[in-house]
Amino acid sequence: MTPQSHFMVIAELADGHEPGLRLLLNAMNKKPSLPGLADPGNPILPFGRFERLHFARLVLLDDALQADLQAYGLPRPKLPTCLAFMGDCDGPGHTQLAELAEHAGDGLRRIFAHCQGFSAGTDLLAWMLAHERPLAARYVNWVGRSVLQIRQEQALQQLLATHAPRINITSGTEAVRIWQALSDFVQLEVTGGRLTLTPPEPTPAGWQWRQCLHLLGVPLLGLLLLPFLLVLSPFIVYQLRRLEEADPEICPRPDPEALQTLQELEDFDVSNQYTALGPVKPGLFRRWLVSLLLVAIDYACRHVFTRGHLARVQTIHFARWAFLDDKTRVVFTSNYDGSHQSYMDDFINKVAWGLNLVFSNGVGWPRTRWLIFGGARHEQPFKYYQRRHQIPTQVWYKAYPGLTLADLQRNQRIREGLERSRMNEAQALAWLALL
Amino acid sequence: MKTAAHTSVALDDIQGIVRFGYKHHSQASLLLLRVKDREAARAWLAAAPVTSAASIAPLPATALQLALSSEGLAALGVPREIVEGFSAEFIAGMGSDASRARRLGDVDANAPTAWRWGVGNATPHVLLMLYALPGHLAAWQAEIERQCAAGFTTLARWPCGDLRGVEPFGFVDGISQPELDWQRTRPAQDAEQPGYANRTCLGEFLLGYPNEYGGYTDRPLLDPQHDRQGLLPRAEDAPDQADLGRNGSYLVLRQLQQDVPGFWQWVDHQAGGDPTRREQLASAMVGRTRDGVPLAQTPPPATGAAVDLNDFSFDPDPCGVRCPLGAHVRRANPRSADLPPGNPGVLSWFKRTLGFDSEALGLDLVASTRFHRLLRRGRAYGQPVPQAEALQNRAGTDETGLFFICLNANIARQFEFVQSAWLAGTHFNGLRNESDPLLGTRGATPEGRPTDGFSMPQAQGADQCLHGLPQFVTLRGGAYFFLPGIRALRYLAQAR
Repeated sequence: MTPQSHFMVIAELADGHEPGLRLLLNAMNKKPSLPGLADPGNPILPFGRFERLHFARLVLLDDALQADLQAYGLPRPKLPTCLAFMGDCDGPGHTQLAELAEHAGDGLRRIFAHCQGFSAGTDLLAWMLAHERPLAARYVNWVGRSVLQIRQEQALQQLLATHAPRINITSGTEAVRIWQALSDFVQLEVTGGRLTLTPPEPTPAGWQWRQCLHLLGVPLLGLLLLPFLLVLSPFIVYQLRRLEEADPEICPRPDPEALQTLQELEDFDVSNQYTALGPVKPGLFRRWLVSLLLVAIDYACRHVFTRGHLARVQTIHFARWAFLDDKTRVVFTSNYDGSHQSYMDDFINKVAWGLNLVFSNGVGWPRTRWLIFGGARHEQPFKYYQRRHQIPTQVWYKAYPGLTLADLQRNQRIREGLERSRMNEAQALAWLALL
Repeated sequence: MKTAAHTSVALDDIQGIVRFGYKHHSQASLLLLRVKDREAARAWLAAAPVTSAASIAPLPATALQLALSSEGLAALGVPREIVEGFSAEFIAGMGSDASRARRLGDVDANAPTAWRWGVGNATPHVLLMLYALPGHLAAWQAEIERQCAAGFTTLARWPCGDLRGVEPFGFVDGISQPELDWQRTRPAQDAEQPGYANRTCLGEFLLGYPNEYGGYTDRPLLDPQHDRQGLLPRAEDAPDQADLGRNGSYLVLRQLQQDVPGFWQWVDHQAGGDPTRREQLASAMVGRTRDGVPLAQTPPPATGAAVDLNDFSFDPDPCGVRCPLGAHVRRANPRSADLPPGNPGVLSWFKRTLGFDSEALGLDLVASTRFHRLLRRGRAYGQPVPQAEALQNRAGTDETGLFFICLNANIARQFEFVQSAWLAGTHFNGLRNESDPLLGTRGATPEGRPTDGFSMPQAQGADQCLHGLPQFVTLRGGAYFFLPGIRALRYLAQAR
């Protein structure tokens, strides 16, 4: 199995370079009908050439919402606008960056030439690695499912969909017979070179060790901390409730023009992108709380929610949370199936508690109770809040357009069924229903 | 927000269409107007004889209902800051931009650029809905139009047919409706609902009341100095403010032209001319028989009692063997609860809530239907085409179709969600590249994959699939309106 990983390169824009960079980024999109999707063959950064890259995006991070800190009587911090280049890939992130630097070096240089400290003589890969920022938490829908696997299984599904007999089967033995026949047919296609089904690569030993260490290490650390947390718990509870009562809610309607800009980039594919950015509530308590909770969420994503769902939500391909600017801001990105409206309704109706855990530590979040109640369940303020915190994703790439997670899941089960040496009648019937 | 003892509902301030379908008023007409003379228009609106939701016995011979678009409010001179209190979708309008059209599936032949009305100079300002008992429409309509002539020009005038509850394809229509909680017995609080139920909080359909989340949907709340005469009710959630939305709703109007010969001839061709098979296929596409019997409903024991055609759920048919997952009624109202079904008990609840019950996860792609309900008030138009005739010829038949009309308090979460995620969605409930069998536009995906299929799961074996569905329904125009409470209507007629 090939584990997935991530990269996030963030760099300050050089003075006066924003308009030029925006033009360059826009030139990477499919034009004119599809502004929200990157052209996989665009000459600047031909994403489609990189066969281990699932998703990628280029986003300009502005500081507009830092103004919300004024609600706490704090001065408005001025932060430079940054360019973020993020991606999700099979295998290590730095290997992907190296590959990008090697095969799309000229285009990346043109992009980063708009950033501070980048000049003609800069070593591109070293510069990108130096500007890479760690993630606080990451989510992968199905750990180990590679781009190659997704594409091959899609071809397999297309082939079988046209060859499956669409008759009402009268017996399980007939189902087994059909499964066997289709199995033989696929085998023929594979040996004939018309279909490729590459077996999974061995799981890297280093990754397994790190997973194991993380699996045990984090709870151990937690155990060490537990006595302190227990002793402090009355204070923690008191402080949390006090802040929850006092923190200002900042949920005005998003500006109609800003909303329009976001919507113009959406709904060209069955999946969409989301990038949000905002300040963390001031004070050490919130800073520690959100750090701790992101460790917990990262732990759950790495060891528990690795097989097709994040709690009840089954429509997120990849998501990430990262701190910026000395933990004073958090950026969140995700790649999800369906429309923005259905994504948000899913969040409210299925995992509002999970959203509240992290995002209630962001300035202005709708009022929560006990960290998990309320908050995102206040539908209207929540919807305004998340749209107001969203920033346009200038360039967005998805390696398998037109496919949802339900498709990937079904294709995977079709292949698994084919690779079995035998099937009983019930299994064969269930397998045929996938076609 | 939990104070339950709010005042009872002022039916005499609510337009009748929220409570009644006016089915006895089988003669109906829709008028789209544009403001010609602002003062004359205001003067007429200030006294327009709008019928309220209060019960009247005997039935009134006529009932007038009235709604305004955001462009209409602007044309009447309602101040911009008041209009800005309405929802973004209402302000922008249905045909206003490409991203909304994309979301709603209003593309290709359904694109706003091809509409007969609804964009540019053909954007309606006022919608009048005239309902009359048989024999009472013509003279009354003439009188209303005479009264309106000074202030308005008529953009369109559509007589609506009387198909006695059957839509033009021949299926009984309007069976699935939410039941409004007029008595306000449902507590105004945010609580998980264990099952799908038809009773819905007033706030899902009327502004100014708590919705299913226990919250109040945004609408214009005015500083009392804008309402010195006290025309408007005060807001429940902000008693120091005048509530312009209270007792009003948003009305969605879409003109859907139906190709009745095209539908029946295509289905007949798929059925190889076999009448029984033809009925089966058509029923599978709709999810009900032509008489309205839901395919998913378990046949009741033969007690002779009348069957409630709206009393069923899709839970006993999770794979869509009886009623295909993509059938029209299953897309439009999936009848799912907040949590997928499972065993009783706290442990099972936790497992389902955290997503650890794999069986439940499989049923969880479409959840919480109660937040996406529509109160439908559609009317058919044109001459009905009997099925026998539809099967024979396609030339020579007049245009027929449906004015889809629905009411909702949150256009984005209700109408637009149902239309985009459920009806136009090509991957609804895990399906692959197929849209609503009746309403879909069938356009290929950007990758060139067709979306003109319809799959029918079988008890055993791979799904049966229909391919190459033509477009049966074409959108000819559409608009969002505000259906004001009657006091709000009087207020708007004089607001400056």
